[in-house]
Amino acid sequence: MEMDVVYQKSAGLEDVEFHYCPGCTHGIIHKLIAEVLVELDLIGDTIGVAPVGCAVFAYDYFTCDMHEAAHGRAPAVATGIKRALPDKTVFTYQGDGDLAAIGTAEIVHAAMRGEKITTIFVNNTNYGMTGGQMAPTTLIGQKVTTAPLGRSKEHYGSPIKVSEMLATIEGAAYIERVSVHNMAGIIRAKKAIKKAFQLQQEGAGFTLIEVLSTCPTNWGLTPNDALNWLQDNMIPVFPLGVYRDITAEDK
Amino acid sequence: MAKELWKGNEAMAEAAIRAGLKCYFGYPITPQSEIPEYFSLHLPEHGGVFLQAESEIAAINMVYGAAGSGVRTMTSSSSPGISLKQEGISYIAGSELPCVILNVMRGGPGLGTIQPAQGDYFQATRGGGNGDYRVIVLAPANVQEATDLMRLAFDLADKYRMPAMILADGMIGQMMEPVEWPDEPTPEPIAKPWATTGTKGERRHNIINSLFMEPEACARHNEKLDQKYRTVAANETRFELIGDEEPEILFAAFGTPSRLARAAGKILEEEDGIKTAVFRPISLWPYPYDALYDAINQESVKAVVTVELNTGQMLDDVKIANQGSKPISFIGKAGGMIPTPREIAVAAKEALGRK
Ligand SMILES: Cc1ncc(C[n+]2csc(CCOP(=O)(O)OP(=O)(O)O)c2C)c(N)n1
Ligand code: SF4
Ligand SMILES: [Mg+2]
Repeated sequence: MEMDVVYQKSAGLEDVEFHYCPGCTHGIIHKLIAEVLVELDLIGDTIGVAPVGCAVFAYDYFTCDMHEAAHGRAPAVATGIKRALPDKTVFTYQGDGDLAAIGTAEIVHAAMRGEKITTIFVNNTNYGMTGGQMAPTTLIGQKVTTAPLGRSKEHYGSPIKVSEMLATIEGAAYIERVSVHNMAGIIRAKKAIKKAFQLQQEGAGFTLIEVLSTCPTNWGLTPNDALNWLQDNMIPVFPLGVYRDITAEDK
Repeated sequence: MAKELWKGNEAMAEAAIRAGLKCYFGYPITPQSEIPEYFSLHLPEHGGVFLQAESEIAAINMVYGAAGSGVRTMTSSSSPGISLKQEGISYIAGSELPCVILNVMRGGPGLGTIQPAQGDYFQATRGGGNGDYRVIVLAPANVQEATDLMRLAFDLADKYRMPAMILADGMIGQMMEPVEWPDEPTPEPIAKPWATTGTKGERRHNIINSLFMEPEACARHNEKLDQKYRTVAANETRFELIGDEEPEILFAAFGTPSRLARAAGKILEEEDGIKTAVFRPISLWPYPYDALYDAINQESVKAVVTVELNTGQMLDDVKIANQGSKPISFIGKAGGMIPTPREIAVAAKEALGRK
């Protein structure tokens, strides 16, 4: 029987197995980026910057050129690449520990300079790779290995809201928070990622898409329960939506 | 070409532009701020990019990115800022990328002082970052040489795909001296097929990386680096030996103190008839151990006197080169003070057991 190919892996992804835990949504986010870069015909002119975090091996997964940064430094590395090769498309892929803790200065200043890069910011409310320690995005009361009784507001303050914070910076051209916990969210996320890369191509400025993502392993939940936990607990603290869009202001 | 009077920091920046520098990233700190200031105006005039970063950490990581993209790139700073760059230098070395780092040293530790010093010798030659890596370290003793070494640093970095550092004391950066610019054109960029410039769909992706999860792979990577470092050590040691052909005292000094040692040698010759020579390593890594051993083991040499603007750091390498053959003494000042030629001469006489 002849079989038609109705669905296949994006040409933006290498034909290798991901190392992500079963049910982890990092993989979905990779797929969306790869599809967007192929659809925009940018994959051959793109340099991606991988973080330190669960996505550290992203350099093995995308078919574009890749550069592995030190923990939190991806926006600085991307700045160096973009300034050396201004005609290329440059993106960083960063977790919440990477971007919102150790790399806070680098992301804020990349945004301030209006660096023409796109950052995909994966918020899973913990340090996935190192085994589930507290992140700046960890929810109040959420149990993590370095706050086993739950994050206390008194001791650690409240979760940092990266999209809201960066939206105050003039150099940022587009900032949106999306989620990949259901099909509608995934479709919206892809649109947002596409818009960010298009605006980078137009030279509009810094673009960042925050993606709410699951970590079933460290949350101690099944993949499906993790999707529900994200919807019920993360979205109320990290509301989805467009936080900055300079193209809208133009209208 | 005629000689021109240049301030060390500006001359080194100009030399980098002439060497084909494309991207500079830095953060202000005394006594090297004239370097980013010079680049901010003149690098764009030559089609390059100047960017003031938010920190030294960001600056070295911008260098890491630009180096991966295949362009000639550098950063400069002074001691406390160089400390912040160590993480990035380790990554650049681990990823086998070429770049130049310029340290115009000031006194330490901590915030120290803004006056000249050589207290970062250990950090530069032993590696301030993590892991088994090496950085080519070149130490100029005058402004002319600082400009010549800048070009050499870029060439060696490209040739061996590793960071090269110019280790200048604050004197070199701050003083004005005549410079004669060589009549050579800016070099054409060399091919860097490993660089991340976009696949154009014509090749597999290039990856700039220093991570090897499998210990066997990481061990192989370290062996490869070690092989490279051995090649550099065998081919790229540089030094100068000047003074009497049959010295009683052999001074060992790098950078500005080598000049103080020569002045001390004149005092010793004129007042006491003591013959001296100065052994000056130009490459601090790789260190010219064999040449220093030979210099020390001339029959005439009775004592070795190491002169540094620290409390005795290169002294360790002098001891390694010496292999216990001759007595070694040390004179130095740390924290921004400089020993006078007279003080050095007195120390040398003491080393000979004379008053
Ligand atoms: C300088 C440095 N500090 C700490 C680490 C250890 N480390 C590796 S990944 C990580 C946290 C990553 O968390 P996040 O950025 O949220 O990514 P996730 O794994 O959750 O996707 C840490 C602390 C490191 N590699 N380098
Ligand atoms: S630890 Fe969490 S974030 Fe990391 S791969 Fe596993 S599920 Fe995903
Ligand atoms: Mg995380």
